[in-house]
Amino acid sequence: MILLYKIFLDPFVQMGTAPDLLVQTLWEGLVAGVLYALIALGFVLIFKASGVFNFAQGIMVVFAALTLVGLYERGVPAFVALGLTIAVMLGLAFAVERLMLRPLVNQPDIILFMATFGLTYILIGLGELIFGGDPKVMITDALYLPRGAIDVKMLGGFVSLQKIDIAAAVIASIMVAGLAVFFQKTRIGRALRAVADSHKAALSVGISLEQIWVVVWFAAGIVALATGIMWGARSNVSFALEIIALKALPVLILGGFTSIPGAIVGGVIIGIGEKLGEFYWGPLLGSGIESWLAYVIALIFLLFRPQGLFGERIIERI
Amino acid sequence: MLYREAGQYKTSYAADQAVFPILQDRIGLAIILLIAFVVIPATGSDFLLQAMMIPFLVLALAAIGLNLLTGYTGLLSLGTGAFMGVGAYACYKLDTLFPGVNILIWIIVSGFVAAGIGVLFGLPSLRIKGFYLAVATLAAQFFLSWCFIRVPWLYNYNISASIEVPTRTFFGIPVTGPTATPVTRYLVVLSIVVVMTWLASNLVHGRFGRMWMAVRDMDIAAELIGIKLYRTKLLAFAVSSFYCGVAGAMLAFLWLGAAESESFNINQSFLVLFMVIIGGLGSLAGSFFGAAFIWGLPIVLRNAPGLLGLSIRSATIEHITFITVGVLIIFFLIVEPNGLARLWQIGKQKLRVWPFPY
Repeated sequence: MILLYKIFLDPFVQMGTAPDLLVQTLWEGLVAGVLYALIALGFVLIFKASGVFNFAQGIMVVFAALTLVGLYERGVPAFVALGLTIAVMLGLAFAVERLMLRPLVNQPDIILFMATFGLTYILIGLGELIFGGDPKVMITDALYLPRGAIDVKMLGGFVSLQKIDIAAAVIASIMVAGLAVFFQKTRIGRALRAVADSHKAALSVGISLEQIWVVVWFAAGIVALATGIMWGARSNVSFALEIIALKALPVLILGGFTSIPGAIVGGVIIGIGEKLGEFYWGPLLGSGIESWLAYVIALIFLLFRPQGLFGERIIERI
Repeated sequence: MLYREAGQYKTSYAADQAVFPILQDRIGLAIILLIAFVVIPATGSDFLLQAMMIPFLVLALAAIGLNLLTGYTGLLSLGTGAFMGVGAYACYKLDTLFPGVNILIWIIVSGFVAAGIGVLFGLPSLRIKGFYLAVATLAAQFFLSWCFIRVPWLYNYNISASIEVPTRTFFGIPVTGPTATPVTRYLVVLSIVVVMTWLASNLVHGRFGRMWMAVRDMDIAAELIGIKLYRTKLLAFAVSSFYCGVAGAMLAFLWLGAAESESFNINQSFLVLFMVIIGGLGSLAGSFFGAAFIWGLPIVLRNAPGLLGLSIRSATIEHITFITVGVLIIFFLIVEPNGLARLWQIGKQKLRVWPFPY
C-alpha cells in the first residue's frame, strides 16, 4: 500500500507542491533531450543516406571536440581552430568513404556496423595519441559562448537556467532548421533524399553515391562538432563523453532510424522522461536509474510501434 | 598432398552426415585435443595459462553463445556481457547460500538462471527486428549492470561491491579461489568448453539448428513452413544465454577469481560481438578463431615493440594497439566479410587440390 502510494501519488503531490522544481526538472530534461537529439541526428543522417548504423558517431563527437581544444591549446586562434576542425572532419569523411565504405559496398548491414566499430577504435587511438587522454576544458570564452546562469522568478520560487543550455537549444534549433532547408531546397539535399529512398534508383538517374556519402559523413561530422562543443561546455572534453552516444540509441529507436523530426521529438521525450523519472521515482529504487530508464521507455514505445514513432512503416514480403 | 579425401568412401548415411567426414580432419581434431589436454598443461607457463589460454577458452564459450543467437538465428544482441554477469552473480549467490554442493554443478545451474533471464529479455524479439532489437537488448545490458551495482544482496553486501570467489575443492583439489593452480583451473575450463562445444555442434547440426537457420534466413518464410517463431526465437535466447551464463560464471570463478559489475559492462558485450563477427557468423570454429584473434592480438601488439628492442612509452603502445585493432577489424571485414572461419574453409579447399589449381 505504502509502495503504491509512493509510486502513484507521492511524486505527483511533490510536483503540485513545488512547481518551480518541476519546471526546473522539465527544463533540464529538455536540454539533455536536445543534446541527445543532436547526436541522434548524426546517426539518422548517415543511416538515411547509406544504411550504415554508425556506431562511431559518439566518438566522432569526442574527436571533433578534442581536435578543437587540442589545436587551441597549441596556440591556434579559436576560430581558426574551429575552421581547421571542420577541415579535419571533411578529411575524415573522405577517408571513411574511400577506405571503408567503398570496399564494403553491398555488404550486409551488420558488417558495415562492425566496420564502424573499427573506426571507433581508430579514432579513440588517434585522439589519445595526438591530444592525450586527460579531460580538457572546452574553450567557451574564446568561442564567445555565454556562461553563468539566469534565475527566473516564477511559481513562487526560482528556476535557474544555464546560459550555455539556452545557447545549446538555440544552436540545435538553428542546425535542425539549416539541415531541413539543405535537404528540401538544395540540389545536393535532393540527391541525398533520392539516395535515402533507393540506392539503385538514385544511381540510375546519375547521382554519384560516393559524393553523397562524403557529404553525409561530413554533415554528421559538423553535427558531431556542434554536439561536442555543447557537451564539452557542460562537462569536460574527455573520452567519457563516448558513453552519451549510447544514450542516443534509445532516442533513435523511439524516433525511428530514418526520421529527422523523430530524432528531435524522441530526444525531448527521452530527456524529459529520464530526468522526471530520476528526480521523482529514482529515490524509490536507489539512484542511478537514469542509466537504463531511457531504454525501458524506448522499449515500451517499441512494443506498440516496432518502427519507432516516425519511422517508415516496415513492410515485409516473401 | 596430405589433405586428400580420395579413397575415403562413405558407406552409410551416418558417415555421410558426419560433422567431420574427412579422416584428416578427425586426426587434426584429435591432435588439437591432445595438445590442449596434455601438452599445454605439462609445458605451459603460468602466464600462458592464466593470461592467454583460460581467457581465450572462456571468451570462446561466450562467443559460441552469442553466435548461436546472432550467427545462427539472426538476432543481434548487445547484452552478452550482462548475461555473463547473470551467470557469475547467480553462481556466487548459489555457492555462498549452499556451500556444500559441488561448484561445478553451480556453474552449470547458473547457466540455467542466465537462460531464464535471457528468455525474459528475449521477449521483445517477437515484435522487434534488426537494429531495433539490438538496442532493445541494450536495455537488458544497462538494467542488469545497474542491478549488479545497486542490489547489494547480489554480492552479499560486500563493501567493495564485488564478488570474491571462495576456495572450493573437487575431490580434494582446490579448483577455485586463490589456492587453485592455473593448471587445475585450465583443465576444468577446457573440459567444460569441450563438452559444451560438442553439445552446441550437435544442436546446430540437428533439428533446432535447422529451425534457427530458417528463421535467420527469412523469418516469415520459416513461419509459413510451420516453424513456431516465438518458440524458436526464445529457445535461441535461452540456449545462447545459457552458454553466456556459464562463460560468465567461469570468468568469475575460474579465471579472475573476483568480479564486479565492470567485468560485465557494455564493452564486454562488444568484445564478444567482435569475436563472433571477425571469427565468422554462424560458425562454431569461427568463435574460437575470433576469440583467439581478438584476445591474442592486443597481447601480441603490446609485447611486439619490446621483442623488437624498441622502447616506446606504454601509453603510446596502448594507443597504437587501439589503432591497429581498429584497422585490422576493417581490413578483415573488407578482405573476408564472412570471417576467419571462411578463410579457413578457403585454405582447406586449396589444400585439397594442392599442388594443382583445381
